[in-house]
Amino acid sequence: MTSVDFQTLLPEILLSGYALAALMFGVYTTKDKMAVALVWATAGLFVALALYIGVRGTGERLVFNGLFVDDPFARFAKVTILLSAAAVLVMGQDYMSRRDLLRFEYPILVALSVVGMMVMVSAADLMTLYMGLELQSLALYVVASLRRDSAKSSEAGLKYFVLGALSSGLLLYGASLVYGYAGTTQFAGILSTVQDGVPLGLLFGLVFMLAGLAFKVSAAPFHMWTPDVYEGSPTPVTAFFATAPKVAAMALIARLVQDAFGGVPGQWGQVLAGLAVASMALGAVAAIGQKDIKRLMAYSSIAHMGYALIGVAVGTAYGIQATLIYMAIYVTMNIGTFAFILSLERNGRPVSDIASLNQFAKAEPLKALAMLVLLFSLAGVPPMLGFFGKFYVLKAAVDAGMTWLALVGAVASVIGAFYYLRLVYFMYFGAEQEPAESRMAPVQWVMLMAVAAIMVLGVINLFGIEGPAKIAADALVL
Amino acid sequence: MENQLLSIITFLPLVAAIILALFMRGDDAAARQGAKWLALFTTSATFVISLFVLLRFDPSNTGFQFVEEREWILGLTYKMGVDGISILFVMLTTFLMPITIYACWNVETRVKEYMIAFLVLETLMLGVFCALDLVLFYLFFEAGLIPMFLIIGIWGGKERIYAAFKFFLYTFLGSVLMLVAMIAMYFDAGTTDIVDLLVHDFGSETISVLGFHVVGGSQTMLFLAFFASFAVKMPMWPVHTWLPDAHVQAPTAGSVVLAAILLKMGGYGFLRFSLPMFPVGSDVMAPLVLWMSAIAIVYTSLVALAQTDMKKLIAYSSVAHMGFVTMGIFSVNQQGVDGAIFQMISHGFISGALFLCVGVIYDRMHTREIAAYGGLVNRMPSYALVFMFFTMANVGLPGTSGFVGEFLTLMGVFQVNTWVAAVAATGVILSAAYALWLYRRVVFGDLIKEALRSITDMDRREKVIFAPLIAMTLILGVYPSLVTDIIGPSVTALVSDYTAALPADGAQVALH
Repeated sequence: MTSVDFQTLLPEILLSGYALAALMFGVYTTKDKMAVALVWATAGLFVALALYIGVRGTGERLVFNGLFVDDPFARFAKVTILLSAAAVLVMGQDYMSRRDLLRFEYPILVALSVVGMMVMVSAADLMTLYMGLELQSLALYVVASLRRDSAKSSEAGLKYFVLGALSSGLLLYGASLVYGYAGTTQFAGILSTVQDGVPLGLLFGLVFMLAGLAFKVSAAPFHMWTPDVYEGSPTPVTAFFATAPKVAAMALIARLVQDAFGGVPGQWGQVLAGLAVASMALGAVAAIGQKDIKRLMAYSSIAHMGYALIGVAVGTAYGIQATLIYMAIYVTMNIGTFAFILSLERNGRPVSDIASLNQFAKAEPLKALAMLVLLFSLAGVPPMLGFFGKFYVLKAAVDAGMTWLALVGAVASVIGAFYYLRLVYFMYFGAEQEPAESRMAPVQWVMLMAVAAIMVLGVINLFGIEGPAKIAADALVL
Repeated sequence: MENQLLSIITFLPLVAAIILALFMRGDDAAARQGAKWLALFTTSATFVISLFVLLRFDPSNTGFQFVEEREWILGLTYKMGVDGISILFVMLTTFLMPITIYACWNVETRVKEYMIAFLVLETLMLGVFCALDLVLFYLFFEAGLIPMFLIIGIWGGKERIYAAFKFFLYTFLGSVLMLVAMIAMYFDAGTTDIVDLLVHDFGSETISVLGFHVVGGSQTMLFLAFFASFAVKMPMWPVHTWLPDAHVQAPTAGSVVLAAILLKMGGYGFLRFSLPMFPVGSDVMAPLVLWMSAIAIVYTSLVALAQTDMKKLIAYSSVAHMGFVTMGIFSVNQQGVDGAIFQMISHGFISGALFLCVGVIYDRMHTREIAAYGGLVNRMPSYALVFMFFTMANVGLPGTSGFVGEFLTLMGVFQVNTWVAAVAATGVILSAAYALWLYRRVVFGDLIKEALRSITDMDRREKVIFAPLIAMTLILGVYPSLVTDIIGPSVTALVSDYTAALPADGAQVALH
């Protein structure tokens, strides 16, 4: 172990150290009174680390004897994860404070799960992969049941835990098969093994691993936990589930299939394409009947994961670039949407049934307009940014000769448009009744408006994320 | 400066919309009035600038003029320009928008938002006709759905929700198929620049898809994908059913824009993409399209006869008239295409005016039921005159612009397929039947309905709205060269390129 090793791992070490220190601090001081300060400190640290990672050198470093890799792809994913986690943390603070939910453990657990995500996207070895994944998941199981006195929240936590443990088991079984047949846990070693033919056992291992990871991105048919967990968890936690962990898991899938199985795209391309088709179709159709916005957003995220998977499934550098851009746009949209959902309440109690949006535009024209932009963006209607995300992945699919995949994606987006429009319909022309109030903390208001503005203004140049995404994708694939 | 003219025209309304959204506060009478005046002023200014473009336009040059090109995201370009085919659609849009805005002067609910929606819509419509990049075109084409969805959904009639959803999803489905085709084109040609794509040769060897032999190969596939979008937009039988619903539920100004401008995007798309880019595919599909047009003309005319709602009747009549357009386009000869463009322009004035006519009495009586009217001539002489004029123009009376379009398209298709021409010609008679019958039921007869006894004639504002429409319908009817001189050279180039691109033995032969 050299200083280069530690230098490369510095952000993760810093963040873990901070989390442990904050834990001690929280335990030995006044407990929850410090929670607000901790939330902002954690978010501040996230942003600082994102900046540090963003400007820190170029190139690729494989450290700790090939366990951990730091390359442009990992950096792109980490910056996205850190920024979205910071945004979600500060966004939910007001909501949690007012409902007496803000325990000092919350920011610490989020910080730990972010460390897990950062390790995930930098994994160069099956061990690192599993370690990051578990650290991330365990922290999330706890925050899902943060509202201890609510049966729904406990149920969500338990459900998440049981199904998550099952998926971890699948993944671990797959990893052991891969290790058994490749003789190594390092991605580079696996890659050189599969170059001269893929043994059947290795293939089984790959499929099991993909199934386990599909759980984490909630791709159909491994999506069952998503709607219940989204609905049961406190809304700020749901917002967190919908953003950073999705980016990490998606990046991990891309990392695994490219770095460890890059030589045999034929073996996993069809699996991922199948997952993508199932997710897009299910997300589009199942969301139609939902009455709860959080459940609707769960199905919406399933559908979105389907689109992002297209980019990975096609197996080209352009596809990876498309996925990265798609995920960046996706988390941005979700941050804005959840900023809005967080603010909905009636007589001080949070509401999330869709009918409470009735005639919302009359009471709050500006917020309704911002939501309108977001919903059309989620539906993928130009000129909103969401369209360019879809356009990118569809282009990648056609480029790789998978026009059928692009066609399915196109049709699913029409079906999906229906339920986003339904929300617009409730807000703008719904039945005459008292709409829910929208009490927004300034930071939520800023998030909602900023995201809406980004969705519209992104049409000018996508805020320049194309270049970094391309560098990241090239680094992963080449 | 000259190269940015089109961008200025396109985005001027958007700028006004942003000003309205950000700086207009309050909802009192003064604010409403201010919003209306700003919208009227902007759309008029846009028209004046577009007139300037028209004057500087050189019809003998069949290439694109006023071209502006910039780098954009995704390796795409922001490219705008007009040629003989698109310039008149730009003019039609800028000409009709001030009239539309002035026509909704007595809207009182959410006036600011209403004006914003129309201003944004104008930007998007102009963008469609000016865009010279596939994706830019798609962006404008699709985004137009958003303001129209809101216009129907917020300010529409009783069944507005159903209509708005149907409108949106129908057109969205058509468009995403087009999007996939566009991506496929990009990978075939390596560019999204429309100017380059116009001369690119897409593969036309027979291929096998899912066991079917596709004559015309990828050209036919691409054609079908584009057809899905444009046929819905047009709308062609049998995918026209969204139009009557959307029209009936939309507010008057929304109907006017929908009928007069939005429908023309389909026809424009055929002329800009389908014919020049996929000539072989078009040739393979042309017989089908011609027959679909003929069916549309006769079928929707018959359906129009049975309507009890005035707006629905005019909506079906629009579908029939669009049948003439597709028929003219797919006969692909000078008369046919000239006639199709002419018909689209003229239909823009006439159908817009007819919806305004319905709006005039709807504002007074709040019903569109034909049965609720009768004998209006006794109380509203000038209205009777205006309505009579546009009814006749709709029927295609010689001397009005409606005649020229129908005649030219029929002449064009006669040279290609006599049977289609014969069937379509019966549509002319049917259109006279439903239009005159509507007129008789609404305007003539004795004034026996109690509610109508106090109805008032058109006021000055309403007369001002109709004056330019009457003038244009007459001028184009008497002096059609005004239009054909501008579009002529471009259409000639289009037709000769098309004919040259077809294989000598003819793909059509292979089909039979």
